[in-house]
Amino acid sequence: MAEFFPPASEQEFHANFAQLKPRMNTTEALYESSRCLFCFDAPCIKACPTGIDIPQFIRQINTGNVTGAALTIYEANYFGNACGKVCPTEVLCEGACVYNLQDVKPIEIGRLQSFATRQVIESHKHLFEPGQPNGRKVAIIGAGPAGISCACELRALGYEVDVFEAKSQPSGLTVHGVAPYKITNEEVLAEMDYLQTQFGYRVQYNSPITSRPDLLALEEAYDAVFLGIGLGKTNALLLPGEECENCVGAVEFIEQLRREHHQILVGRKVIVLGGGNTAMDAASESARLGAEDVILAYRRGKDDMGAYDFEYDLAKSVGVKGLFNVSPLEIIGNGRVAGVRFIRTTTVDGQVQAVPGSEFVEDCDMVIKATGQAKQTTFLSLIPGLQLDSKGRIMADTHTYQTTNPQYFASGDALNGGAEVVNAAAEAKVAARSIHAYLSAR
Amino acid sequence: MPDLSINFAGIKSPNPFWLASAPPTNSGYQVMKAFDAGWGGAVWKTLGVPVVNVSSRYGGVNYRDKRLIGFNNIELISDRPLADNLREIEEVKKHFPHHAVIASLMVQSREEWHQIVRDVTNAGADGIELNFGCPHGMCERGMGSAVGQEPDVLRTIVEWVMEVAQIPVIVKLTPNISDITEPARAARLGGADAISLINTIQSIVGVDLDLFAPYPIVDGKGTNGGYCGPAVKPIALNMVKNCAQDPYVQLPISGIGGIENWRDAVEHILLGASSVQVCTAAMHFGFGIIREMTAGLEQYMAEKGFHTIYDMVGKALPNVKHWEELNLKYKVTANIHEDKCIGCQLCYTACEDGAHQAIALREGTRVPEIIEENCVGCNLCSLVCPVENCITMERTDDGTEQLTWKERTLADTIPTTFNDERAGGLHHWVPEPTAALGKEKHKTLPGKARQITNVAPAPHDTVRQP
Repeated sequence: MAEFFPPASEQEFHANFAQLKPRMNTTEALYESSRCLFCFDAPCIKACPTGIDIPQFIRQINTGNVTGAALTIYEANYFGNACGKVCPTEVLCEGACVYNLQDVKPIEIGRLQSFATRQVIESHKHLFEPGQPNGRKVAIIGAGPAGISCACELRALGYEVDVFEAKSQPSGLTVHGVAPYKITNEEVLAEMDYLQTQFGYRVQYNSPITSRPDLLALEEAYDAVFLGIGLGKTNALLLPGEECENCVGAVEFIEQLRREHHQILVGRKVIVLGGGNTAMDAASESARLGAEDVILAYRRGKDDMGAYDFEYDLAKSVGVKGLFNVSPLEIIGNGRVAGVRFIRTTTVDGQVQAVPGSEFVEDCDMVIKATGQAKQTTFLSLIPGLQLDSKGRIMADTHTYQTTNPQYFASGDALNGGAEVVNAAAEAKVAARSIHAYLSAR
Repeated sequence: MPDLSINFAGIKSPNPFWLASAPPTNSGYQVMKAFDAGWGGAVWKTLGVPVVNVSSRYGGVNYRDKRLIGFNNIELISDRPLADNLREIEEVKKHFPHHAVIASLMVQSREEWHQIVRDVTNAGADGIELNFGCPHGMCERGMGSAVGQEPDVLRTIVEWVMEVAQIPVIVKLTPNISDITEPARAARLGGADAISLINTIQSIVGVDLDLFAPYPIVDGKGTNGGYCGPAVKPIALNMVKNCAQDPYVQLPISGIGGIENWRDAVEHILLGASSVQVCTAAMHFGFGIIREMTAGLEQYMAEKGFHTIYDMVGKALPNVKHWEELNLKYKVTANIHEDKCIGCQLCYTACEDGAHQAIALREGTRVPEIIEENCVGCNLCSLVCPVENCITMERTDDGTEQLTWKERTLADTIPTTFNDERAGGLHHWVPEPTAALGKEKHKTLPGKARQITNVAPAPHDTVRQP
């Protein structure tokens, strides 16, 4: 029995996808901020990839200086509001809170963070402005967390910045790829507007950079180019029947979900292939869209899944069922998915091996492949001298994020292979400083 | 089952919990409701000269998310007609003949005192409390704390009252004075039967940062008020103790100040009070708090084997000494219980910045370590530690030696010069002043935003508004 009815309206969609970290009111923020111990050399700061001075901003909230709190957050992380909502805080700042060691609920740092940032976003508080123009220009490819963070930092340093974005909206996966119960489109885009208004970088939407001539034009017109291109489409499984209409990639499914909300159709019985966080999202989302059965099929055991425990728990809480140690052999169906033929597996010395004769068919009317995103190697090969590692990730100096083509710098998923918004924001800030150091020394 | 009843200077009450003279005892309605809820007595809101009150009368002190740890008021004595109050006192006494109703009074002339004492006695009051404590509004008219601050005047007025009093007389003292025992002794000399303390402390509880005016604000202006609530308990306890220990006071004491639960009441009683009065807590939480107070007191008495309140009155007084009588040979040292430590390092930073640099951090663990030779046993770490019993203060002397400052003075072994070898801190290790520079700045000014300035300078163009 499904726990959710298929949403028939925007209102029903928002009910099914209610925010996991709802906005705090002032009283809740006062209570929660009052609990913070103000640890010395606080573990939460060290657990934050952007190193936000968390005890400081919590103390500022507690003393009624919410604007100051937001400044503390934004000085360290330009995606301050988004990160408060979408960060896996359970394994980052909140996971490091010393209260965990006392079996006391950790401080709700993420919600406090969004409490402060939303207030300045909505009141249009002016916290930043561009630096004195230094006459240099940087092109940024991709308006995701890496690209926008880099743009903000470069503008503060006095650079002219043009961001080239293939899609029609900024923030990348924050608006296209994050589960809707983590953050709403409106909230993401409001923060993007807030940043752009203050820093004044230019973004050209629907402007994909795809060819060598495109890149050459940037190389000639700009002093440096920043690659914040993220990852590509979902990897193909190369299975028979994969071309069936209802066999979709998780990234593509989530993007469509974020765009179309309740108008998206989901099967009655959905099989999600994969064991990562995106698989958990896709499974949860299918359940919240009213699928009667959602099965999460993974080729190894439950404990081997790449997903965070809390993400699997969340999926289970909406009725998702796990099917472990199975490997898909074929998508069955005639134009439309009718089932998946699996073979049972066993893991020997870390290697997944099929169990002969254990094939079976699990019926379904939709398959979502959450089996990783492809790297954009074809595009990256157009950049002269740019080296990739064996996994297709951009190779760069680990301190400066300068690539093997000195005019190019990179951050985010294209560099780290796929991590969180907060990692992209942290890396891009460093990359921007490095661009500044590099160009200043020239 | 312990007996909670008291006979306070002749005033009988089923338990020692009285409502203090204040807004909760403004009317017969409130006093009856309180008695119905379980309060043992009530000191009626002060009757006396006619007054007019302002609107906007109370101000609060909050600590983080806790409301009203301190409270002040600029309200005056009862502004209701005397006749109404007298009639209601009579009515309350009819319904509650065994509860204590004490009339708080404040008038000026001898004749007025004589008249009002007779009036409340006729109305059936069990006792009288003379309000010599109100620190605002009334003192400017030569009453309240203006009387409490002048022992001779106080004594004279007590004598006037005693000329006609047929029921016990309590003198309520103001804490706005250097030595509380002076007015207490004057009350005794004047013939009073008991004292009660403390009245409120002259205060400004806060300033509005936008209106530039003190709370509570009356049409853009404010004035000093009377401070009370949990925050004043330590001041009250000390003054109760001073009066209880003074050989020239020797009067029953009704303890007032910061009492909101049974523990607060027991503390007052252990320092010499034999009834306690409550106001702020009742104003904050209503009369219902009496259930917890009586239940807690009863439980405590049962566990300690106290049969009556008098088994415990003043029980802590023998252990309250002058500083010069404390044992200088007693030594405690902090001990961190590693298994309980959660690694907040508040003890470290407190000792490092606020005490004696006697706690060190170690590589690879967030559990700090006590440097025993530097520890003076000040308790600070154990006070800031958020975990129950994680830092304990362990006795490290062998308990056989006893030497006080008083004894050293008599033996002529006290330090007498500025650089005397016999002074306490002479051989105590402290770091060189310059060792402070830059120390742990990456921890006290955290954030990777600052750390990455190693890569390139941070932009300086942020608009620093807040």
